[in-house]
Amino acid sequence: MVSELINANPIVYEKKERRARSMPTAVEEYAVEAIDQQEVFDILSLQLFWITFTPTVEHCSMATIIGLCLRVKLSRSLPSRYKVDIRVAPGSHASESAVNKQLNDKERVAAALENPNLVDMVDECLAPSYN
Amino acid sequence: MEFYEGACELKLLQTLEGHTDRVWSLAWNPATGTAETPLVFASCSGDKTVRIWEQNPSPSSSSSSHSSWNCKAVLEDTHTRTVRSCSWSPSGKLLAVASFDATTSIWENVGGDFECVSTLEGHENEVKSVSWNASGTLLATCGRDKSVWIWEAQAGNEFECVSVLQGHSQDVKLVLWHPTLDVLFSCSYDNTVKVWADDDDDWQCVQTLGEPNNGHSSTVWALSFNKTGDKMVTCSDDLTLKIWEMDSTSMQSADGYAPWRHLCTITGYHDRTIFSVHWSSEGIIASGAADDAIRFFVEDKDGLVDGPSYKLLLKEEKAHGMDINSVQWSPGEKRLLASASDDGAVKIWELAS
Repeated sequence: MVSELINANPIVYEKKERRARSMPTAVEEYAVEAIDQQEVFDILSLQLFWITFTPTVEHCSMATIIGLCLRVKLSRSLPSRYKVDIRVAPGSHASESAVNKQLNDKERVAAALENPNLVDMVDECLAPSYN
Repeated sequence: MEFYEGACELKLLQTLEGHTDRVWSLAWNPATGTAETPLVFASCSGDKTVRIWEQNPSPSSSSSSHSSWNCKAVLEDTHTRTVRSCSWSPSGKLLAVASFDATTSIWENVGGDFECVSTLEGHENEVKSVSWNASGTLLATCGRDKSVWIWEAQAGNEFECVSVLQGHSQDVKLVLWHPTLDVLFSCSYDNTVKVWADDDDDWQCVQTLGEPNNGHSSTVWALSFNKTGDKMVTCSDDLTLKIWEMDSTSMQSADGYAPWRHLCTITGYHDRTIFSVHWSSEGIIASGAADDAIRFFVEDKDGLVDGPSYKLLLKEEKAHGMDINSVQWSPGEKRLLASASDDGAVKIWELAS
């Protein structure tokens, strides 16, 4: 891993505001949680997840590991039937097509995820942070 | 034999559970499926094992729906990572197994028990495919290290590496020998198919089928030959199948090697990566893809005016719950197809007409 920042002054994108979810008010064994219509719509309407991310610099050496983290996070969070395509934003990376091809080759991804060092790194990246 | 759209029906005979991770590939034992020998195939998986499946001889009726499949053996505790591919020797006695752990193991069927009799080491990292030649004297392997290795089978289950072929610029996804000739085909992440032939004990690349000669524009995942071996089909991440023909009329090279030329492209049918393709002895091309569907194509005899073309015979949507990694027609008389998927299941289908 690099010891210093590749880009000391990155563009920080604003996060989308979290959507309020309906929450059950009482914790009862038989409490029925109201169906969140937006949530149901989200799940039903998508068979395919098309993820685009923008590396901070176009020579970002972390682009493939970031993409791998996104893939792992989604595979751990989504039902298995969903398809996920991950790409860097068009024009955002010097090796755009190579990075995209590698991230979407499931055999390479499967091989990478059998490498304990890489899995440790991915887990570290995916660990929640509270700062 | 003529096939008509709508005249065929795909019947699911059985779903085989047992693997605990995605199933990467399948191989039917070519010496089975006769009156004396029930059909046998092997499946290999991300769970690091190979499973051997055998058809129960159907006791009473001739209807195939009564036949069922059992797991006869589990080959485990040998490979430490994903088992990616396997291949039976032509006699059906040996099974070669390629693993991401950089080794290829050779298993012998000794009275129904499988024993690991040899381990082939040499690849730097993941081995992705293994294939026996028609006579069972040569074995080819390929992998992430971009190389193709040719091994010679010797007495006492010894294997000697006779050639390491460099030529691909990226990892090599699959190797397959021609069904009758000692000519090897390899397909790669570098978007090409390379043809390797032996010139006086010196193996070399005799042809590269790439984008400039109507080849694929993304990773080539698999290939398969027709029964006579004068045509082959390739499948790719570029969402097309391509048919190639051996140009035996222009035997220009001195060693008698006949070059291959692009015949036609089957495009517009697949939505996601095509991982597997297999040409049946009757001429039906089956494809398995990342859109969970199995498709069948046959030559369109009506379209000969504009050159050869292929039409979709049948499409089975949601054949599996996830990506389909391998489709393989069985030997023998019945039109059986096995499919393997990321969902961990193997399914046996019958194409009835």
